Order: sequence, then structure tokens, then C-alpha cells
Amino acid sequence: MRRTDVGNPDYYHQVVDCQWACPAHTNVPEYIRLIAQGRFTDAYLLNRESNVFPGILGRTCDRPCEPACRRTRVDGKPVAICRLKRVAADHRDEVTHLLPRAPEKKNGKKVALIGAGPASLSVANDLMPLGYQVTIFEKFAKPGGLMRVNIPAFRLPEQVLDEEIGYVTGMGVDVRYNSPVDSLKALLDTKAFDAVFVGSGAPKGKELEIPGRHDSDQVFIGIEWLASIHFGHVESVGKRVLIIGVGNTAMDCCRSAKRLGATDVKVVARKTRKYFKASPWELEDAEEEQVDIVENREPIRFVIEHGKLVGMEFKKFESVEVNGKLEQTVAGTEILPCDTVILAIGQDNAFPFIERELMEFGKWDMPVVDKTTFMSTRPGVFFGGDAAFGPQNIIWAVEQGHQAAISIHNYCQGVPVGERPQRGMELRSTRMGLHQWSYSNDYNPAKRQKMVHVELKKRFATMSTEVEVGFSAEQTAAEVQRCLNCDVQTHFTESQCIECDACIDICPVDCLTLTPSADEAVIRQHLTAPAVNPEQALFASGALKQTGRLMIKDENVCVHCGLCAERCPTYAWDMRKFTVLIPHAGEQVAEPAATGAR
Amino acid sequence: MTYIAKPKVHAPTLAKNEIGLTRRDYEGTISTLCAGCGHDSITAAIIQAFWELSIPPYRVAKLSGIGCSSKTPAYFLKEAHGFNSVHGRMPALVGGANAANSDVTYIGVSGDGDSLSIGFGQMSHAVRRNVNMLYVLENNGVYGLTKGQFSAAADRGSLSKKGEANTMEPIDGCLLALTLGATFVARSFSGDKAQLVPILKAGIAHRGFAFVDVISPCVTFNDHEGSTKSYAYTREHNVEIVQANFVAPAKAITTEYEPGDATNVMLHDGSWVRLRKLDDDYDPTDRDRAYAHIREHQRKGEVVTGLLHISPDSQDLHAQLGTIETPLIELPYEQLCPGNAELQKMQSRFR
Repeated sequence: MRRTDVGNPDYYHQVVDCQWACPAHTNVPEYIRLIAQGRFTDAYLLNRESNVFPGILGRTCDRPCEPACRRTRVDGKPVAICRLKRVAADHRDEVTHLLPRAPEKKNGKKVALIGAGPASLSVANDLMPLGYQVTIFEKFAKPGGLMRVNIPAFRLPEQVLDEEIGYVTGMGVDVRYNSPVDSLKALLDTKAFDAVFVGSGAPKGKELEIPGRHDSDQVFIGIEWLASIHFGHVESVGKRVLIIGVGNTAMDCCRSAKRLGATDVKVVARKTRKYFKASPWELEDAEEEQVDIVENREPIRFVIEHGKLVGMEFKKFESVEVNGKLEQTVAGTEILPCDTVILAIGQDNAFPFIERELMEFGKWDMPVVDKTTFMSTRPGVFFGGDAAFGPQNIIWAVEQGHQAAISIHNYCQGVPVGERPQRGMELRSTRMGLHQWSYSNDYNPAKRQKMVHVELKKRFATMSTEVEVGFSAEQTAAEVQRCLNCDVQTHFTESQCIECDACIDICPVDCLTLTPSADEAVIRQHLTAPAVNPEQALFASGALKQTGRLMIKDENVCVHCGLCAERCPTYAWDMRKFTVLIPHAGEQVAEPAATGAR
Repeated sequence: MTYIAKPKVHAPTLAKNEIGLTRRDYEGTISTLCAGCGHDSITAAIIQAFWELSIPPYRVAKLSGIGCSSKTPAYFLKEAHGFNSVHGRMPALVGGANAANSDVTYIGVSGDGDSLSIGFGQMSHAVRRNVNMLYVLENNGVYGLTKGQFSAAADRGSLSKKGEANTMEPIDGCLLALTLGATFVARSFSGDKAQLVPILKAGIAHRGFAFVDVISPCVTFNDHEGSTKSYAYTREHNVEIVQANFVAPAKAITTEYEPGDATNVMLHDGSWVRLRKLDDDYDPTDRDRAYAHIREHQRKGEVVTGLLHISPDSQDLHAQLGTIETPLIELPYEQLCPGNAELQKMQSRFR
């Protein structure tokens, strides 16, 4: 097995599972430590560097970090990373004076952003401090895009949106509200902008063309219906509501219906629960609000009597799992009575404002966009967020905004867009004394804290009562201690090892082994504890002095307790805090300092 | 020592033995010895051996004397019985305990000072009596607890940390045990668990005195150049002559090796020790040749390791004296203390 190159920023970065899984690579363990120290403002600012909207994401993020969290593999439940992010946002002090500012003197370059959603706002956030003059064209009267009109206020209070979007627009972004772009060609023809970024989202809800679809005014498209509620155009709903589809939009729809007065709300899914697109916690929240989830039904027609919607007919399935695949057989039909139907079966992109001769369009009538640079086939026109590759989550839009901002900066400065700034790393010892470390290394067996919800009666009273009350001080104190500090790396200096076995004997989770060199596949079978998770790396040292064996560490369930380093007589093991340096637009990462990586 | 206790959390794949315990269930408190001490590795090997043999920890008595080595019983089998004796007096305690209750598994942990200096006579007589126990001598060649003076096990010519040479002849525990008639003599190295764990298991299963001398480097006072008990020196000069494999009673002996290459020795409990000779003209059941062989290698500056000698016909103290096998605590009071009339009757025999 080859010696692991820990000088490559990617190696230790992958050990920080949460940060690696986050599209924007938010430095989770560091901000959790800051929260633990009561430094909420610092935690907020650190978050903001990567994800721009900590308060918003602390309530609405799809949390790719949490399934990745090492704690899941250790005690079954991940650290409540998202909830802690909200803690940082809720308890921060005034931050306006600490945020990046746009310089007085502009750099003379002008950039137009289409749509004021998370992608465009992230681009503006990165470009404004560099002296760009940024103009955003927004079709609605307020910024935020889907974050504002599609996420109900009971999940995301308007004030949180206004504050965090305000930090970006407050740098002097020229936001033109109620100004939809009708023709990209016309915009380009003005030659008023050096670059254009399209962050117009995926604003079109999917249709369901089955008999009766257009015979009633009580059939709505989910995201349009949510927007209508937001704008106050819809203030009531039938008593019996069917939601077709089982993604996160469906969850927002069923819960909104409850607040508009519906008493019998059913979410109808074609498949079984395992295949639902909605996040498990959103499903749980909906069920807590007495929404029924009905599986194995495929809609075939709307039942209209005397011009009135009275129900919907479904094909019923029986489902069995065969070799990990769902096999469904038809088992009759069924009519579910209802007064209103909401269709939440997905979203499509729509670019009616882009003339097709301007650039290449590919499959699904989507523009051809480079996956790294986010530039279309027309130089100077960039895409990001849902507009680039279809519907995803806010955190993806933010990261794509960061990447597009780098490209736009390059493009405007005459640098090839493919020339990306390289990542770097820092590695610093956390040793404070013989057995003291600058992080809390003792494993805390606390269980994951449960979010407290506002009681049902109270929350159904208005559309805007936030359901989750946020963690209490006690909950926060317990939850932060569950973080395993995966960024504090077990760093090995092979020239110092005397192969005394002390680290192997003390390791509580049997991560370490001294073994003769062999292929990785062979080594994985012959470790102190077999390395059963192929997604987790094995660290391998070079041949050791005394016996020529290798020190192997299975990263899988290391709890970063530092006992290997405490029991090491020669300091061959050290606990070093790793920071990946990820440059944003206009930033360069210095050559990695000599870290004693060998 | 560390400030935190070893976390209870363990690897999800951690295996259980026949009695449903994990290796972690055989641990003790966290070690307070110097980081990197060979004794801690021996502790880990003892934990592994007892776990693999599925011996319930509460059926074990662990006793020791005084010294770094003698601290270690606190670090394994927290549910076992035991205490520290007066310096060097552990063998007498085990002898007494074993006489009273032979149903318990006995392990005595000692060091080169505890065994070869202050407890020299104690150890010698335990060997002679063939007390049924595992006797682990954690041998680092120095008095670690009193800052690294040469012990009786230090080789002549080896250097102290300050560079002074030892002028006296060493006492070799294995040679001593052989001359005193030990029925199980082994030497191993704390840095080689693959060798040490099977030897410990065989030693536990052996009925009689199982003497295991384990080279255990003192990282603080005896791991320098010029030391003959350092990690580096032991690895360079270690000659393994007999590889022992322990085969539990229920398991059949498989022909893993070429015939003639291995000797199987059956132990009292029906388990086997499978000895694979790495040196052709060596016979681990021949005491005199074992002695000569060790001496021969010693002259060349080599450290012979492995299961050096085993007597298949070992008779432990109880067998020799014909004493009752039932633990005294299980005997009815009337039998244990038959009363004045019986005493008078017995005394009349001596008049």
C-alpha cells in the first residue's frame, strides 16, 4: 500500500466528513467549537464565509452534512449540525460592521444577475467587495427567489430572510425589482454589462395531464400555490386536500393547507416510503401535523361532478422489494374524495427569455453549462443555482454562485475561466501540554437533542408562526459536545515511531494497526478491526524504521480523542488542527506552509 | 498518564467471545505508566488472551508485588480479584490462595526487581512447588520506578541512560526457572503480540507453574543506544526458536504445517499447544537441551524467544501433595473444621 499523501489538502479534508459533504464546504467542527465557547458571532461569520445564509440555511438546509457525520457511525445519530447553525445565527450580535464592504472606488466592470435568489445573491456577495458594479433583475417586488415565495414562513420567518439578504444587497447592489428580463438578447445588446449571470431558478411546476385536470378551479400547481399564499392571493382551501407527490414541496404544501383551514390532508405517493424524495425530518414534521401519507397510488383522473371537484381516482399498487428494487403490481382502483388537489410532482426549468441562437441548448431544453466554470457556450454568460442543472437545494445554489463568481472575476480580468485558484491547507498542533489539547478531546456520550416544536393549536393559527423554537442553552451545550472534532487530525510522523504499540492498545475504536505492506484490499481484511466501510480512507505510513511495517489507520470511526497522541512516547502521533483553505473570487491561497507533513 | 478515561465507545465491529463479552470488557482502569511502556502492551496481550479463552473475569485472581510491572493488574480485568502484596511476596500469596481455592485462574505479574532481587527466593519456591499459575515477569532490565538503576536482569556491558556500563552478570529468569524444574518456560517481547498472546493462553491452560519472561522496554530509562532491553535491540537480536500456537479443547488440530515440523502437546484441560520448531535440533520438551540452547545463543548476544520448554507430565502442587481439589469455601463447615474430638484424635497420632 502506498504512503498516504497528507500534504494534499483533499486527504484530511475528506476525514472531516461533514465539511467534505457540504457543497460549500462549511467548516462545521470549527463553528461548533465557537458555539461551544459562546462565540456566536464568530461562528456566524465563519459560516457566512462559505454558505452566505447561515440563518436561512440553519432552518431550511437539506443538510448533506448530517448523513455524512462520523457520529452517525459511532452512536447512530449525527450531530444536529443544522440546528447548531441556527443557534449561531439566532444568538449573534450585530454583525454589519464585520461584514465585507464594497470599496468606494469601483473596478469599472459591470455584471448583471438575473433573479434575486440564493445563486445570484452569492455571486453579488463575492463580487461586490472586489469593486464590481452589480445589477440584479428581479421579477418580484422582494428579493430571495424561492427562499421567499416557496418556503412557508412557518419554516423560515421573513425577518431572517430580510436580514441576511440585506447584508448582500446592502453593499450597494443595484436591485431592480418588478423587472423581469424578457429577452436576454436585448440585455446583451445594450452592452451595458461585462458579464451576465443567470440565476433564475427552476420556476415551473410540473403538470399532470390526466382527465379532468382543467375542469375545476380547485387544482393547483404546488410552487405556484405556495407563492400565491405568500402573496396573499390564496387565503383558504377546501376541507379535504390531496397533495400529489412526496418531495419537500409536497411537505410545504400539506402543512400550508393545514394552516389555511383544511382538516383532512393526504399526501399521495406512487412508491413506498423508502423511495420518498422528501427529507425524513420534513416527513416527520408533516406527520406530526396529522397529515396522512398514502403510499402506492398513481393518479388516473380527477372526479368532477356537476362541474365541481369531488375526488380523485387512483390506481392501487401492491409493492414488494425484489433484490433491492421495488416491484409494483396493480391491485384495483380507488377514489379518494377531496375538495382541492395540489400537484407537487417536481419542477422544471423555463427559459422563455433566452433566445436559443444565443447559446447551445442540450437535453431537456437546458442550456449547455460547464460543470466547473458555470459558463454557457456563450462567453460571458454564466449560470448557477437551479437554472444551471435543475432543481437542487439552496446550499448548492450558494456554492455554484461562489464558483460562477470566480469565473466572472476571471472573465472580466482577462484570465481564462478554467484557471481556478487552488485549495490550500493549514495544519497546526493542538498540543498545549503533556496531556492537554486546545480542543475538548473527551468523548461525550450525550444523545442527539430533540428540537422542541410549538404546540399544534398555536402553530395552525397563523401562517407565520415558526414551528421550531430553536435549541435551548442546555440543548446547545449538550449537542456541541457530540461533535467529534474530526478536523483535529491524528497526524503521524513515521521517522519518530518506535513501534511500541501504545497507540494501538489505547485506541478505543481499534483504528490502528501495524502490518507488513500489502495491497489495500488485503490490508482492509487484516486490521485490528476489519475496515468494513470502503468509503472511508485508510491512512498508510511509509515503512517504519525498526521492522519495515506500515502504520495503518482506518479513518472510519476515529473519535479524535487524542489518546494515541497522549500515549505516544515519541510524539510520532500528534493532534493537529486542519483547515482547508478554499479560495473565493479574487482570493489566492498562499503556498502551504511547511507543516512537517512527513 | 492521561487526563481522560478511555472512552467506552467502541468499534461497531467489536467481536464477542463465547460468553458474550467483548475485549473491552476485559480492560481495567487507564494506565498511569509512562506513555509507550512495554508493560502496557503486555497488559493488552493479557486482555486479549483472557478474552480469547472466554474466561469470566470474576473467576480470575490477579496478584502482584511492587513496582511498575506490579501496578499493571489494575489495568486489566477490572472484575477480577486481587491486590498488591509486599514487595516480592506475590508468589507466596498465590501459593496460599491456590491451596485454598484451585478453581480460580491465577495470574501473577512481577518485574525483574520484584522477582530476581527482593523476591528471588519467593519466585524460586513457587517454581519448585509448581503452583498452578501464570507468572508474567515484565523484564526491562532497570528499576524504572526509582529512576533507572540497573536491575539483576541487566546484561553485563549494557549501558545506563547516563552511559555507565553494567559490570555484573545478569540473572536470567528462564535459565533460573529451568534449573528449578519449571514445567513451562517461555520468553517473549512486548512488541510482538502475535507471539506473546498464544504463549499467554498456553500458560493459562497449563496446569502448573507457567513462567513467561517478557522483554518489556522501559521507554523512559532503558530505550537508548547501548541498552540491551530497548525496542530496537530486542527486534534486532531476537531469535524465535519455537512458535507456539494454542488450540482450544473443542477444536480439532488441523494440519497447517508439514508433518514432522510441529509437535503437539496436550494440556490437562484437553487443549493443545502446537509447537512449530524454527530451529531443527531443538526439542522444547528436553529441559537440558533447552538450557544449553539458550546459553549458546546468549553467548552470541542473541535473545531467544518462544515457548522454550514444556513438561507434558507436569504435576502441580495439589497433585503432588494430594490435597483436596474442592475449593475450601465449598466444603461444608463440619468437614472443614471437624471439631475438637477429631483434633484430639489426630494429635494422639503424634504422641
